[in-house]
Amino acid sequence: MNRTAEKLAESLLTVSGTTTGIVILLIVFFLFKEGAGFFHHNDVEAGYALCVNGENAVKNLSSGQIKDIFDYETGNWKEVGGADEEIVPFRVSDIINMYQEAELGENYVLLPEKIGETIAKTRGIIAFIPVQYLPESNPEVRVLESKRLNPSDFFMGKDWMPTATPAPQFGLLPLLAGTLWVSLFAIIIALPLGLGVAIYLAELAGERTRNLLKPAIELLAGIPSVVYGFFGLVVLVPFIQKIFDLPVGETAFAGSLILAIMALPTIITVAEDSIRNTPQSIREASLGLGASHWQTICRVIIPYSASGISAAIVLGIGRAVGETMAVLMVTGNAAVIPHTLFEPVRTIPATIAAELGEAPAGGIHSGALFVLGCILFIITAAVSVGAELISKNKYKNI
Amino acid sequence: MLETININFWYGAFHALKDISMKIERNTVTAFIGPSGCGKSTFLRLFNRMNDLIPDTHLTGECLIDGKNIYSKTVDVTGLRKNVGMVFQKPNPFPKTIYDNVAYGLRVDGESNRGLIARRVEESLKSAALWDEVKDKLKKSAFELSGGQQQRLCIARALAISPSVILMDEPASALDPVSTSKIEDLIHTLKRDYTIVIVTHNMQQAARISDRTGFFMLGELIEFNDTKKVFLNPDREETQNYITGRFG
Repeated sequence: MNRTAEKLAESLLTVSGTTTGIVILLIVFFLFKEGAGFFHHNDVEAGYALCVNGENAVKNLSSGQIKDIFDYETGNWKEVGGADEEIVPFRVSDIINMYQEAELGENYVLLPEKIGETIAKTRGIIAFIPVQYLPESNPEVRVLESKRLNPSDFFMGKDWMPTATPAPQFGLLPLLAGTLWVSLFAIIIALPLGLGVAIYLAELAGERTRNLLKPAIELLAGIPSVVYGFFGLVVLVPFIQKIFDLPVGETAFAGSLILAIMALPTIITVAEDSIRNTPQSIREASLGLGASHWQTICRVIIPYSASGISAAIVLGIGRAVGETMAVLMVTGNAAVIPHTLFEPVRTIPATIAAELGEAPAGGIHSGALFVLGCILFIITAAVSVGAELISKNKYKNI
Repeated sequence: MLETININFWYGAFHALKDISMKIERNTVTAFIGPSGCGKSTFLRLFNRMNDLIPDTHLTGECLIDGKNIYSKTVDVTGLRKNVGMVFQKPNPFPKTIYDNVAYGLRVDGESNRGLIARRVEESLKSAALWDEVKDKLKKSAFELSGGQQQRLCIARALAISPSVILMDEPASALDPVSTSKIEDLIHTLKRDYTIVIVTHNMQQAARISDRTGFFMLGELIEFNDTKKVFLNPDREETQNYITGRFG
């Protein structure tokens, strides 16, 4: 009877372990599959086409060039490898200015024909039209070939404009820079502070102080991130704006500060535990050799608890890189590559949170957000693997 | 020379050492024996003020090393510990290389002359009879050594800072018989240069290695005399009972 119960318990544990493992793998697989789908999209919005005059020499345009043309930043065809001719961007709505509604016929049946006429008579035109109005029979109209999205445009792109028409821009760099920028400074602030407090609590503080401080710090870890975000928005942001005399207070610095505050409890608790777990015998060995308390902390206790401390660092970085809500609320969310700490930035998680709701499922935009998710996953995985390697290499025999 | 005068020691309210007075001569091996909890380790740890680390303890009496009270307010504790080395019950090497373990005491003392450190490391490892076994792997982690080797490494570590006294708290109790005999041989040779005080549970060991033996019971020093006398012809009945195995 007992035997069966044991067997049952064992198999239950095995099953639950295996299931969890499989589910995790499936989630990762799903994430990367959806992300890979992004690169099967074309650079021009689905259901639309770009047309030029048949005599135009330009064969194709990159999505960045298309964007610049429709933003009126590129004004001449020779800038994109064509003849010296002024570019005339054209959208379907512009047709209304050229023809009376009656001329377009019932239900716009004549629209393709009129569009064809317009394209034929304007040499410098580039027209962005829905495929159902494409004047296919007109020999003077050439449809520009739309290309698959180029991964290098994504990974090296400097513009994140997911809803731009006709060519949405998915440039990773500003978001990646924002994420790394905010996280880096959060860690730079939180790490020395967190380790300092951990060492203080574990080694220097009296029993009383520790019993008071530690639960208080652990309590901080349980505060929801929206609350931190709100605190940041109401207190930190105006404060930063005033102190540094900035046009806006929503900056990378505000994000870093909030993240640092949020990462502190994790770093402190984990690091303090590992420092306290240093065996008494090792301390005594060091003190017995005439080392001072401080030397013992620096030379023996910290190296001994290095793996716990690196775990604390990883958890802190993980929190900083993945944190969404608080950062979304205080960083200003401008998808621009930051040059100083005092500019608005937008992080990867904030982008996903802010845009997923308005991105049609299965579309190019939601695909792009999934790629962002993959990148976030890769960053955090790399951080934890890196920390594992460091602590293993240095102290592999503990 | 070590000397204690009317030492009393309390853990909280527990009176652990009762009125102990004793003199230990230079370059001798002194063994403390007695049943568990009799205070012999506590007494040993007085000489390098290791008991300071334990909260809520209290001491009266005097503990002198070369005539100076080591518990007076002006004493530099780290300086004292450099003079009074200690080897613990369980080998406790640092999570560092073999070399760095031995060099540790010199380095925390502010020694930065690499040549001197290297010389001292080699001398200490030789004195601890470990050099031949580790000379090719000084840069390896100390945790790669066997338990007995680790303990000799801890002895070398203590020797490296040239103390005059070495305290050993049951240094062989966690070791196999071969390693134990190596440590005992080592204690014999170290006697020439150091004053050694050793706590042991093993009475044969005390008889083999020590010049003088102190028998502790319930916080009192029952008898302190030449080892031969204590083992062959003790003055007190309790000692007789203990060494013949009637209790303890």
